[in-house]
Amino acid sequence: MKHLIELKVNGDVYSLAVDPWRTLNEVLRDDLNLTGTKLGCGSGDCGACTVLVDGRSVSSCLTLAVEVQGKEVQTVEGLAPSGSELHPIQEAFIEKGAIQCGFCTSGMEMSAAYLLSKNGSPTDQEIREGLSGHLCRCTGYIQIVDAISEAAEKMKQS
Amino acid sequence: MEQFNIVGKDVPRNDAEAKARGASVYTDDMKLPGMLYGRILGSPVAHARILSIDTSKAKALPGVKCVITGADIPKIKYGNWRLFADTQDEYALAIDKVRFIGDEVAAVAAVDKDTAQEALSLIKVEYEELEGLYDVDSSVKEGAIAIHDYCPGNISVNRKIQYGDIEKGFAESDYVREDTFKVHAVSHAYLEPCSALARVDLDGRITLWTSTQVPYIVQCLLASTLEMRENDIRVIKPFVGGGFGGKMELRTLEFCAAFMAKQTGRPVKFTLSREEEFLTGRRRHPMTLHSKVGFKKDGTLVAKDLKITLDGGAYNAMGPTATFLCGNFGAMLYRYPNYRFHGQHVYTNKPPSSAMRGFGAPQSLYASEIQMNLAAEALGIDPVDIRLKNAQVSGDKIPDVATISSCGFKESIEAVAKMSDWKRLKKELKPGQGIGIGCYSFISGGVFNWFNTQYPFSAAEVRAYSDGTVHLLTMASDIGQGCDTAMKQILAEELGIKMGDIRITSADTATTPQADLGAWGSRVTLMAGNAVLDAAKKIKEKLFGAISAHLNANVIYEMECKNGVVQPKGRPKKAVPFGDVVAMVQKSQRGEPLIAHGYYTPRDKGLVTPAFGFGAQVALVDVDQETGVVDVKQMWTAHDCGTVINPKGVEGQLAGSIQMGLGYALSEQFVMQDGKTLNTNFLDYKMPTAMDMPPSEVTHIDTYEPEGPMGAKECGEGLASPTAPAISDAVYHATGYRCKDLPITPEKILKSMAENR
Repeated sequence: MKHLIELKVNGDVYSLAVDPWRTLNEVLRDDLNLTGTKLGCGSGDCGACTVLVDGRSVSSCLTLAVEVQGKEVQTVEGLAPSGSELHPIQEAFIEKGAIQCGFCTSGMEMSAAYLLSKNGSPTDQEIREGLSGHLCRCTGYIQIVDAISEAAEKMKQS
Repeated sequence: MEQFNIVGKDVPRNDAEAKARGASVYTDDMKLPGMLYGRILGSPVAHARILSIDTSKAKALPGVKCVITGADIPKIKYGNWRLFADTQDEYALAIDKVRFIGDEVAAVAAVDKDTAQEALSLIKVEYEELEGLYDVDSSVKEGAIAIHDYCPGNISVNRKIQYGDIEKGFAESDYVREDTFKVHAVSHAYLEPCSALARVDLDGRITLWTSTQVPYIVQCLLASTLEMRENDIRVIKPFVGGGFGGKMELRTLEFCAAFMAKQTGRPVKFTLSREEEFLTGRRRHPMTLHSKVGFKKDGTLVAKDLKITLDGGAYNAMGPTATFLCGNFGAMLYRYPNYRFHGQHVYTNKPPSSAMRGFGAPQSLYASEIQMNLAAEALGIDPVDIRLKNAQVSGDKIPDVATISSCGFKESIEAVAKMSDWKRLKKELKPGQGIGIGCYSFISGGVFNWFNTQYPFSAAEVRAYSDGTVHLLTMASDIGQGCDTAMKQILAEELGIKMGDIRITSADTATTPQADLGAWGSRVTLMAGNAVLDAAKKIKEKLFGAISAHLNANVIYEMECKNGVVQPKGRPKKAVPFGDVVAMVQKSQRGEPLIAHGYYTPRDKGLVTPAFGFGAQVALVDVDQETGVVDVKQMWTAHDCGTVINPKGVEGQLAGSIQMGLGYALSEQFVMQDGKTLNTNFLDYKMPTAMDMPPSEVTHIDTYEPEGPMGAKECGEGLASPTAPAISDAVYHATGYRCKDLPITPEKILKSMAENR
């Protein structure tokens, strides 16, 4: 039987009827067309599907949609609503060359947002630890770590 | 060195903002009205005859719209070597026989994913199991069962190269050694699982969106397997989440999406799961390399005899090219006056091996580089010095292969030795520490045409408009490496306009100019770059004619495009805005738009490549003497990619190569049992994370490649080679364990240390 849930995503409220086994990732991508959140493995190993739920980073592929009823979900699309200025994390990813194929990018950015919300001045080691649940096959992570460091500086200034 | 305004500058990627915002659309992000979801049924057994397939229950399941097996499709084999039809050994769906676990047997399309998945479980296949051959030795054994009927003996490709006098060379050598190396399979592990979406248009033509590195090759092979005309099929490459060689053939999901769209009249999308990617996906060739080398006492190389067997898995895939290239890579980097190569590509009942970043070079060069270190040690010569002594230099000829044009190899070795303070560091190593060196050379695209294209290797179209904007159309495929940006930089530089003035349309076989062989073999910067440059120069000729007429200029005046204007060289007072000169051309042509086409096909460039990239890398490692765990502390790299088009892009390629090389050396491997891949997720397939990446220092060696666009050549694929040998050599100096059998694991290190104690 489908469950009626209210999902608050990027500030918008959606009323949905979902099967109890549907993941948040499926609902975001298939039902809400928020395809900025990717699916890289489906088993919580790669981090490409990372979103924030009540401010905490979670793997949307391992989270059931019914679990997030009434909670606040933020996806990459909510980091900087389209048409608005880029978030400092996004700016830094662009400036530092932290993006190649882009498939891991939104997940990395969401984890960066979580990390920086807890720790405004992370060391490189803390950033690496914060990214340790993410995989990237293109960049070797170096420019991503640089970007998050730069984003921390930008966010301190603003 | 030439001075550039946009080339060589840190221009942000063309697509960076879209990707940062999550607005870049990849194939699996797309949905079309009425779209069906496809799933593929793979074989659970490694080698078997198919006795029967019963799809009746699957077909009867409500919501299932189409079920197909090998019996439903045209019996046409495909493969990338169209020039040699007997190498084309694959059907989109198995006919009569399966040859590896995961070999595709049937496909379903249904109204949703769950129904498609359920339908798969309702298909009954009866197999008669055959003996499975899981390694090369079993496959080539006398009397072994033939995996393909056409190929008794299971050796599908033999490649031989010989020059000089190998026996005389060994006779004249003071020191000869023979070693056997084994290298293993690893996964491309691109983050985006393969996906394909096909739509049949109202007139019966097909449009396919697919995560591919080779839209033109997919178009052609899809046409032949569907018995359609090439240009009735349109292949569009949306954003692609990495490829590394794993997305450069026609694949079953692409065929099935197109075929089932035709059958049902509805769009059909297939997306592989990560488990399917690991279980059945292409992988880097495991190889056994037997190498005999001869040196003079002073370290001068005299002869090399290299025999390689490639474990090809169940189909040829890109194996023939890898076999061919291994022979060439074996003779690259150093001067081998006498050389012999014999490569054999062998079928086994495992997932097909294929192209993967480096395309035979990481394997070939692992053997050559380690052997070079072994020889250096035996001859009492420093590994850096023995390399400098034998290094190829500009002007060297590799018989039948090429004449090396630009070459910064010696400079790379010297630079990396200086950066790492090699000689001092070597003396001051603490217990458990080691340093090692690895070098590479790589091709800037292949000159071979086994695909047998009738088109240029790369093409570009440039449309210039009177509002000052320009539209660049190219079939070059950006799969994350950034070629859309690099192509725009080359065009902006040549036309003296800004990046923002250029719109780019790429990798759509119906609208971008025919053709382009795709993004592989490090061919795009040089080949597509030259095509863009050719088109730009033709545009300039028209602009120069128009402005000369406008200014009534003396015909001896040279004109230039610079800073958004066209002017007589060095005379900005006579400058006319770029768009205004475009308008002049158009008016002089009675309204005809200003469009130019550019092409590049390498000719008279030997048998392999028009240009070579080079480099050297040093690794510093710390090995825990109790646990055998290797900690890579630092990497130093010096490399020669000609003119650097985009420095951040090049650095990103380099860092990504180190990540992959680190995994190849230390942590990544497929765990196989009787043809089955056991580690089918990222938890058990251990790819380096941000925590594993060592600090890294880089020097770009300044060279100018005459054959490259604005002096540029390959970058990023060659760099896939040096990391493993550099780390391996460092581990040897730290522990005494000389790895001839990748990967380097704590178990192997500890075992060797115990034996040496």
